[in-house]
Amino acid sequence: VKMARLLQFKIAVVSTVLFVVCTNLVCCNNGRRVGDAMDTEFSGFSVPLEHSFEVDDVAKFKVRGALVLKAGREHSVSLTQNQLSEEDRAKLKEVAAVDGLYRIRVPRVFLQADRQTERQMDGYLTAFVRACAMVESHLSDVIALYSDVSGYLIGVSIVTLPGACRGTEVEDEVDLEVFNTTLSIMAPVNAPGPETALFLERMEQETEKKGKNPQEQKSFFAKYWYLILGGAIFLMATNSAQPPAGGEGEQS
Amino acid sequence: MAKLILLCLKFIILSSAVEAVFEDQVGKFDWRQEYVGKVRFSHFDTHVQSSKKVLLATENNVFAALNTRTGELFWRHVDKTGPEGNIDALLQHGQDVVLVVGNGRLLRSWEINVGGLNWEIVLDSGSFQSACLVGQQDNVKHVAVLKKTVISFHYLSNGHQKWIENLPESETVDYQSVYSDGNGEVYALGIVPHSHIAIVAYSVEDGEIIKQVTMIHSSSIKYAVCVVISQGMLTCVDPLTVSLYMLDLHTESQMTQIPLQAMLVSFATTGEKTVAAVMSPKNKTASSLNLFSAETGRRLLDTTLIFNMDPYGGKPEKLHVQAFLKKDDSVGYRVMVQTEDHTLTFIQQPGRVMWTREEALSDVVTMEMVDLPLTGTQAELEGEFGKKADGLMSMVLKRLSSQLILLQAWIAHLWKLFYDARKPRSQVKNEVTIENLSRDEFNLQKMMVMVTASGKLFGIDSKTGSILWRHYLDNIPSNAAFKLMVQRTTAHFPHPPQCTLLIKDKDTGLATLHVFNPIFGKKSHVSPPALPQPILQSLMLPLMDQDYAKVLLLVDDQYKVSAFPSTKNVLQQLQEMASSIFFYLVDSTQGRLSGYRLRTDLSTELIWEVVIPAEVQKIVSVKGKRPNEHVHSQGRVMGDRSVLYKYLNPNLLAVVTESTDLHQERSFVGILLIDGVTGRIIHEAVQRKARGPVHVVHSENWVVYEYWSTKSRRNEFSVIELYEGMELYNSTVFSSLDRPHAPQVLQQSYIFPSYISTLEATLTEKGITSRHLLIGLPSGGILSLPKMFLDPRRPEIVSEQSREENLIPYAPELLIRTEWFINYNQTVSRVRGIYTAPSGLESTCLVVAYGLDIYQTRVYPSKQFDVLKDDYDYMLISSVLFALFFATMISKRLAEVKLLNRAWR
Repeated sequence: VKMARLLQFKIAVVSTVLFVVCTNLVCCNNGRRVGDAMDTEFSGFSVPLEHSFEVDDVAKFKVRGALVLKAGREHSVSLTQNQLSEEDRAKLKEVAAVDGLYRIRVPRVFLQADRQTERQMDGYLTAFVRACAMVESHLSDVIALYSDVSGYLIGVSIVTLPGACRGTEVEDEVDLEVFNTTLSIMAPVNAPGPETALFLERMEQETEKKGKNPQEQKSFFAKYWYLILGGAIFLMATNSAQPPAGGEGEQS
Repeated sequence: MAKLILLCLKFIILSSAVEAVFEDQVGKFDWRQEYVGKVRFSHFDTHVQSSKKVLLATENNVFAALNTRTGELFWRHVDKTGPEGNIDALLQHGQDVVLVVGNGRLLRSWEINVGGLNWEIVLDSGSFQSACLVGQQDNVKHVAVLKKTVISFHYLSNGHQKWIENLPESETVDYQSVYSDGNGEVYALGIVPHSHIAIVAYSVEDGEIIKQVTMIHSSSIKYAVCVVISQGMLTCVDPLTVSLYMLDLHTESQMTQIPLQAMLVSFATTGEKTVAAVMSPKNKTASSLNLFSAETGRRLLDTTLIFNMDPYGGKPEKLHVQAFLKKDDSVGYRVMVQTEDHTLTFIQQPGRVMWTREEALSDVVTMEMVDLPLTGTQAELEGEFGKKADGLMSMVLKRLSSQLILLQAWIAHLWKLFYDARKPRSQVKNEVTIENLSRDEFNLQKMMVMVTASGKLFGIDSKTGSILWRHYLDNIPSNAAFKLMVQRTTAHFPHPPQCTLLIKDKDTGLATLHVFNPIFGKKSHVSPPALPQPILQSLMLPLMDQDYAKVLLLVDDQYKVSAFPSTKNVLQQLQEMASSIFFYLVDSTQGRLSGYRLRTDLSTELIWEVVIPAEVQKIVSVKGKRPNEHVHSQGRVMGDRSVLYKYLNPNLLAVVTESTDLHQERSFVGILLIDGVTGRIIHEAVQRKARGPVHVVHSENWVVYEYWSTKSRRNEFSVIELYEGMELYNSTVFSSLDRPHAPQVLQQSYIFPSYISTLEATLTEKGITSRHLLIGLPSGGILSLPKMFLDPRRPEIVSEQSREENLIPYAPELLIRTEWFINYNQTVSRVRGIYTAPSGLESTCLVVAYGLDIYQTRVYPSKQFDVLKDDYDYMLISSVLFALFFATMISKRLAEVKLLNRAWR
């Protein structure tokens, strides 16, 4: 029994080690040119992050920046992105005025592959946020990339902080120049199984505690012998003092 | 281990009270109906003259005995589903019935009086063809089983094999039937298509081939029904030329052809005579049945029977004839007609229907519960409030007229009470008919609208289980998918309630709509739109048109949206709302989830896309929340009196995936929580070393799923709960577009000691009552497991705060307690689905479990806190009340007198 419990405990330890959320938050520096990212010390690979915001809501994606993805036990990601041009800023405000959408997309990639050709897959992952939220938050957005167990990118999401559209006017053009992006890549967490090992351990502790307390160890009679004895004496005394009432009835 | 279990038990006993039914409550609020399915074989028990049994073997692998007088079940045996339990043949001799099961895998003998198993043996593998009993009338001792290549011979008493022989030329000859007349020979009959009939005769004693005959037959037909009747006559019915062929096996003569005018034919034997019952159409609504002598082909006199077809049913499909000899030695008969909608109708000779059984109900696909309409008087009152005010005078008049109607109804009710009271109690019937249907005080009685796989719709009264209407939809494709939606409830008098059934062909994607009134089952006069394009998705909007019908949107494969009803009013509303109508599509073959937004011109635009690579994992189910669900409390009060707010996203989808790799070390189950509007992945988890089938319930702020753990080889439950945290982001309204913070995710798993068939959660009117999970077990039990046990906040170490919060300490195993079975001993076989509906009482949830059987009951997850008990002592409470009242009166009087006296002094 001891061996089995030990084993289970070990498994529990291993599973708790595995239960590490593979999340990595990277706040990127902005304002660099896209081309710079390619030749830096990152051993990862780069994919374009594209965005689209049009008054007629027909998507026309243009490059916003470059994502550098690094596969490994914990995936990591960083982003270099351009500033918004004067023209784009005006358009974004215009789109926000008609309650249009600001969309982003990234190509589907396989992070674990070694060669560039294997990484790319056809199709894109897209997400959106209301353009007015983008404007009112002064381009501060939170972009999250999601990968699955085997390292495929399966989804992307974008939210702004704050997220609401209150209709406040953004006066200063400078506020819409630079993206203030918080970027993260998330892998699925390991869902916990039933916690048998810990439960058994706790049970054992409880039994040990009981074992230490000698009061608990005593049997029922050992604990309450005086009460039982007293009760019995009392019963006998009442019986002998009073002749049974039923007996009289029988005699008559 | 024993201590562990003991401790668990202690915790459970401490934490929840008993909630089983009392003996006198059995059958009071619940009912069960047992079905057998579409009949494949039937055999009338004739060995005793007075016997009233018919033995049935069905497509659902059920073997049962029915009472021919009432149509009720004597007993029933439910075998495995699928080809393993498939019943290939049914033979009866005296008290025994021999079944061949599982494509010739098993040979079983049953005793028919009580339905006990006599013996069972395993046969050699091989494709089953035919079986027959060998012996004279009352002296049958053997059974012969013909397979594709071999014929085997068994003792009837114990099933042991006597001999087994290979069939000659089995590659070319298609052996179809086996026959014996009991004279020491067994004939195997084979057909070489387009050529000849081959007959091989074996000796009963040792299996030696006695002779081999081939016969050229005139036409190149493949026979539909062939039987060998008592004198060695092979009789075949050819459905193409509508004629009867006869062949004497002993004389080996040419076949004789007898033309018939018929639709359906069935054979039956009584005593020495074999007859063929022939059904032929008479007119549109009725068919006539006649008996023909099988020996001569002549029609028997006085045997005509008229079968009136149900206008809401299907066409006759099969006949099962019970022939018997009358006192004057002529042949009489009763017939069981099986129609396309799987209904069995048992008819006696002049055409009197003795009983009908709706076997389509053994295969319910989907259902809804609809409130019953108000009575005329209630509706009158409601209508008064609904109408617009138009002047003081007319309002007064209207009020007076409705009061008058109420008075009239009350007097009529009193008169009826008085009238009924004079009659003896047995004559007073409280039968529910479609006319006197009305809502009860607490809305506990509802109309159950059930859709079956055969395409027959039923309206069933939930209180009694009686079928109030039925409607057969012909030309339903065999692989149809159904979706039933309630477009208008009964709340909008005088508009009738309206249900819409979407019937979609799974292969082509083409769909049709059937619009009907759920209370009467009648097809609505509203004509549904024609749908020429395959339909990808349908969604019901909370928008209503001017007639209070909810708007149904249908998305076709061009991503164009059509609305039903599509009146001007609806289109205008849709245009206004378009930018806030989002929907999602799931393509499980490519693993693609995509979100769309409606445009004002009813086209759509793609706004988000999530792609789960189909080569790694496949999407097995996508579950949203139920639209009619209410959540009463926004958060949970913690031990320190702070509030933990729930993440109540109505657009949240739970997506379950299973790995394509099924190796037990590498297989996994994935759970994705995705916002259906923005496509944002809220949570992504992987249950490693796990496998399906996964059952999911998604409600409030939690998802419960069940899977098979390949590592520990057991079933496990896991629960995910989502919380916003200690403060709400925007407490007034929830918008998926404005919730930047991801919720906190808590998860815990438990061991469950049984497989499960289906999973559902209880639902109540306002969501105040605590929730239970209803678990359909393969054993036929329905377990009501309190959600309290599946709570990821159950602490591993008990603290003062967790005790304050009433959290049960964590125990890895969920136990099954017998009091939790809501169907006590009423086993529900092969439960496939559980439907829950709220009632008018907050404490009560209506539950229907369906599968082979249908079971309806009520559950009270937090007990009946809003109902007085049945044995509540009204006398005591009122007498105490009165006594107190009089006591105060008297003491008041006395006090007054005393005061007065004191004043005089």
